[in-house]
Amino acid sequence: MGYPHKPHPKETLVLSRHFGEADARTYKGWVKRGGYEMLAQALTMEPARVVDIVKESGLRGRGGAGFPTGLKWSFMPKEKKKPHYLCVNADESEPGTFKDREIMRWTPHALLEGAAIAAHAIQAEVVYIYIRGEFTEPWTVMERALAEASAAGVFGAIKIHLHRGAGAYICGEETALMNSIEGKRGNPRIKPPFPAAAGVFGMPTTINNVETLAAVPPILKKGAPWYKGLSLASPKSTGTKLFSVCGHVQRPGNYEVTMGFPLKDLLYDLCGGMRPGRTLKACIPGGSSVPILNREETESCLLDYEGVVEKGSMLGSGGVIVFDDSTDMVYQIMRLARFYAHESCAQCTQCREGTAWTTKILERILAGQGKTADLDLLLDLAENMTGKTICVLSDSCAAPVVSGIKKFKKEFEEYIAGRRKPVMVA
Amino acid sequence: MSVGTEEYQPVFVGGMLEELSGILTRYPTKQAALLPALWLVQRARGWISDRNMAEVAEVLGLTPAYVKGVVTFYTMYHQHPVGRHFVQVCTTSPCNICGAEAVAKAFLDATGAKELGATSPDGKWTVIEVECLGACGFATPVLVNDDCIESVTPEQVPELVRKYK
Repeated sequence: MGYPHKPHPKETLVLSRHFGEADARTYKGWVKRGGYEMLAQALTMEPARVVDIVKESGLRGRGGAGFPTGLKWSFMPKEKKKPHYLCVNADESEPGTFKDREIMRWTPHALLEGAAIAAHAIQAEVVYIYIRGEFTEPWTVMERALAEASAAGVFGAIKIHLHRGAGAYICGEETALMNSIEGKRGNPRIKPPFPAAAGVFGMPTTINNVETLAAVPPILKKGAPWYKGLSLASPKSTGTKLFSVCGHVQRPGNYEVTMGFPLKDLLYDLCGGMRPGRTLKACIPGGSSVPILNREETESCLLDYEGVVEKGSMLGSGGVIVFDDSTDMVYQIMRLARFYAHESCAQCTQCREGTAWTTKILERILAGQGKTADLDLLLDLAENMTGKTICVLSDSCAAPVVSGIKKFKKEFEEYIAGRRKPVMVA
Repeated sequence: MSVGTEEYQPVFVGGMLEELSGILTRYPTKQAALLPALWLVQRARGWISDRNMAEVAEVLGLTPAYVKGVVTFYTMYHQHPVGRHFVQVCTTSPCNICGAEAVAKAFLDATGAKELGATSPDGKWTVIEVECLGACGFATPVLVNDDCIESVTPEQVPELVRKYK
């Protein structure tokens, strides 16, 4: 539901049904709501059968990449020769995204149950839930829930541990996350080897996002055909998705809708539209790493993996950032570039230098010292930052820059021509 | 830094050592307990000195240089003392367009810290701007120590600061 707002009739509440209910955070409260029934059932099932059900449901990773979850699980060795691990990615740090935070704050047991079912499916005995260091309240809630559920003995032989990050966006990248668990700097690893072959501690590992795992118990309960049927547009996108909407809307918050839901309805009906007297200018539909959409693209976009790609962007994590006509796009694109420059792990030259120089050039433009050639220079830099590094952090920095220059070129040109008052000091 | 004539008081003795031993059982390697160990040091001492890093290295069988390499990678570990109240204001784009920079400025004014990253003369406050706190729908989110305060406006800041005095 649109936490902190009341549910909207156009929402489909699966993951967010119990948001805001303090009692749902407790073990007893969760059991009262049918919690842990599916875990008990799953533990009696063949792991391969659990994998098949999730495959049939069409569930895809909710962290950003949208990879089919059941297929990912099936990459784990069938014959177990070494310890297997499950890592839960709760490092939610993508600007615009705050759904996993809400899942952990309100329904910690949904995540724990989903994680334990996944661990059974991939034959992992140990689960690490990697929670970003800034999530102090979700950490406390998760810690209490884990202690209660463990004391109740619901996890059988599966051990679940929380691991706290310490301030590094890049640790949301799955191989960096594993390095961070191992007590290393959060540098992404070159793939292959893929995690299913050699992941955390060199052992077969699966990494799943919080929202992905929270969807697993309902899938087992109501069945794969039910989940697959939750699809308004592309049959390749199934289920419900939490969209975190922020920025210039009247009611920012988390909204859960069926895949294929129109972005226009999300913004104007569920979120109450723009502030009085303002109009929509731009929207980033999937967290800050995806290309910016203009108004026309936004208002005709369907929210599923295929629908957003059709408009030239990506569904990503479902973090929807809304900009109204009061926004200085050049300044905001600079802020995004600065974010990536700050968060670059600095392993790859293209990223370390590219994100820093992109930021510097944008700052120069905002200080009224831009040159006409700067836009081409930024695009040239972006070209060198795309598809050439170990992970996609530098690609993510390039995405808003390239789409921003393409769609809001006039604003850049006004700064460069001196027709806009500089907003920064050189 | 703490390299001086006074004797070093180790962090990992008594209850702290027990807590670390418990953490070590969660991982197949000692090295994996590094991030949790550093959190324990910061909780106990407020920041992580070079001498603390050397102690952590010794306890976990690592080198001080390796530990420093990790500490410097993660922004939440303090390598210098900070004010008793540590304020982190998110100013990344989604919060930025909702007025986050004015919130940060209000904290600098109300606490007397004056400059981002500096500590107020009374030693009580350090204010920094941070990148995305993951609470974008609640602009502007602010972390005061471990308390996450949502939807902060510049007008609310003086009252908030009074509460923490």
